[in-house]
Amino acid sequence: MIFDLLLVAALLWSAVRVLTTPDLFRAVVLFIVFGLLMALAWARLDAPDIALAEAAIGAGLTGALLLDAVAHLHKKRQEQSP
Amino acid sequence: MKTLLNVAVLFLAGAFGLALGWAILDLPVAAVNLPEQLTAQLDMSGVVHPVTAVLLNFRGYDTLLEIAVLLLALLGILALPRHVSDHQHRPFTANPVLQTLARVLVPLMLLVAGYILWAGAHRPGGAFQAGAVLAGAGVLLHLAGLLPAWVTPGRTLRAGLAVGLLVFIAVAVALMAQGTLLQYPPGWAGALILMIEASLTFSLGLILAGLYLILADSRAQA
Repeated sequence: MIFDLLLVAALLWSAVRVLTTPDLFRAVVLFIVFGLLMALAWARLDAPDIALAEAAIGAGLTGALLLDAVAHLHKKRQEQSP
Repeated sequence: MKTLLNVAVLFLAGAFGLALGWAILDLPVAAVNLPEQLTAQLDMSGVVHPVTAVLLNFRGYDTLLEIAVLLLALLGILALPRHVSDHQHRPFTANPVLQTLARVLVPLMLLVAGYILWAGAHRPGGAFQAGAVLAGAGVLLHLAGLLPAWVTPGRTLRAGLAVGLLVFIAVAVALMAQGTLLQYPPGWAGALILMIEASLTFSLGLILAGLYLILADSRAQA
């Protein structure tokens, strides 16, 4: 029960932080954290299939794509304002 | 002006959340007891795990369309104008620790993907998760500088991307003679599902990795 409440609190906190952080890189890392916490929540809800998919696709693959996009944006911005 | 907009957005989001909560609480009781029906029919599905039974047997049509949508997304990426450099397959400088780690991890990831695929018949797992692990292995290899970006996918790669959907469609067409789409004969269901899932895993791994690897080179050049 305490664990579940902590999990909900951490989920809401990371969701708010993802949306409010001005730093894109940090936002992406927080998004991955959110995805992993979400996978835990699915596991707690007795939905291990969704937990697996969330961890692999939601946190892993989307996270990698977003990180790459941030690096690309960063490079582009540097080129525009040397 | 901006605070006003923020307040408006907050208000709208709150109202939407409340409406969603109210709608969920207001849902009528389901007319049919689906879990009960599923348990009753599980013996005919060819697999023991109910989620796989629904995804690949009872609602196989949905999964067929899902893989088609993913393939379409990848075709869309392939159609994007990309800068193809003259000196392609440029393996960028990666540090040796990452390379060694990738060499150790990738065979393990292949093993895990195979296990998840096989486990899908009787416990949580299945083609999509296994495919995601395969894709992760591909991305890791690329980041370690061991796998070049897929600048111009050759014929073999294109065939690999499509084979999952093609096998699925071939099975569907072969079973059309019965009159119902994707209704497996009970004796064959397990083998057919495993065959479809294996090819789906292969293609999904390539497609999901392709989302990353096909764009990777144009990104480096842009």
